[in-house]
Amino acid sequence: MPNPRILSYNSISGVQIVQRPKLEWRGRDIISIRDLSREQIEDILYHAQQIRPDPQLLQGRVMASLFFEPSTRTQLSFATAMQRLGGRVIGFSGTEGTSIAKGESLQDTVRTVEKYADVIVIRHPLEGSARLVADTVVIPVINAGDGANQHPTQTLMDLFTIKKFHNRLDDLKIGLVGDLKYGRTVHSLAIALTRFRKIELRLISPPNLRLPASILQELSGIVSYTETDQLDLRDLDVVYVTRIQKERFPDIEEYEKVKGAYVITPKVCEMLKPTAILLHPLPRVDEIAPEVDLLPQAKYFDQVQNGVPVRMALLKLLLLGS
Amino acid sequence: MNGELKVSKIRNGTVIDHITAGMAPAVLRILGIEQGCSDTVIVAMNVRSQRLGLKDMVKVENRALEAETVKKIAIVAPHATVNIIKDFAVVQKIPVELPQELIGIVRCSNRNCVTNSSERVTSYFVVESRDPLQLRCHYCETLVEGAAASVLL
Repeated sequence: MPNPRILSYNSISGVQIVQRPKLEWRGRDIISIRDLSREQIEDILYHAQQIRPDPQLLQGRVMASLFFEPSTRTQLSFATAMQRLGGRVIGFSGTEGTSIAKGESLQDTVRTVEKYADVIVIRHPLEGSARLVADTVVIPVINAGDGANQHPTQTLMDLFTIKKFHNRLDDLKIGLVGDLKYGRTVHSLAIALTRFRKIELRLISPPNLRLPASILQELSGIVSYTETDQLDLRDLDVVYVTRIQKERFPDIEEYEKVKGAYVITPKVCEMLKPTAILLHPLPRVDEIAPEVDLLPQAKYFDQVQNGVPVRMALLKLLLLGS
Repeated sequence: MNGELKVSKIRNGTVIDHITAGMAPAVLRILGIEQGCSDTVIVAMNVRSQRLGLKDMVKVENRALEAETVKKIAIVAPHATVNIIKDFAVVQKIPVELPQELIGIVRCSNRNCVTNSSERVTSYFVVESRDPLQLRCHYCETLVEGAAASVLL
């Protein structure tokens, strides 16, 4: 793909107006961050930045929202995104009262849904289910979380938020804090960051919740990283906090010991750079103290808000193209 | 004894040579002859090999291997060679070769993978690395490494 071509200069601002290469999005699926190149990620973020509510854009289009597991933010933000572009939403949350409860297979369910809708958004507890659905139907499929595996639109909104506040996705020092072993958001984000240059990752976790070796292997040679159990947030541009879940510890005392070590308080935030941003995929429980919300670095509610433009852009791209 | 390998020849059938030492039982499982079979089967384990140091070997009389079986053997014994024997002579040598994609060959080690559910779906792995062997599940993206690859029988 050629580099973007400079078309002209805005005579007032002097800003370069760049023609972006048009990528083919129409009819594609968004299943895993591993499927996306740097160019594709940047293209989605560009469209997310440009998109505005437009009740005509997807008028007459139907999004099937198939949430086999409950979700608050993801389901609502996809529905909001579709409705802001004039589309309609059908679907379910939880399988009670559906044919799935009667034993219908996932493949039969989505073959049926395909006859009613133009795009499927699916969350399902089985890992690989979204890929199976994408392989089964012709219409575009967006993975809204398949078990512990992937949640690519979360990663795209994380990147969108970082880009928004730092105006770049290269040359960043990023701290991932908390449960790095089981948290799918940090796995996806770490993989996405391999697409960018000069990324330094500081992996901050209890020893038993380190990033899995298979993910470290994907980073190896591309992203420089250090592992530590110390909550050292100095010099970081981005701090991405995840929740340490009690059920991951066989011994409750072990959990109590490490739990407090990774709580972000105003005192802890004193070591943050003024320009650092503090992110969290939410929901948080007690890993970020509520008083931190008032600090200028707290951007996790901006992050959750960014889910809407990112999902609006994806729906537009997959249904209409660039 | 002059240290040479003393294993009977077979008249017709298949010799699987250069099996990674210790993997002969896995090859027998793949061949479906662990439960016993009526033809002659000769198994040699931990035999000296110039190429591998130590190797295993399996000879099966009156048996030709299907392409799918050779792919399965490639997973447990990537350096193996398959020799087709006719009238005591090797008529064809087939190095086993791991294809880029393994469909219906390996079971995903992730119990929560959709391929291990009641859905009608065939396992599908992409080979990410041959040495060391690393396979990624097309569906759940789990990386299955080397000996952990569980071959579907």
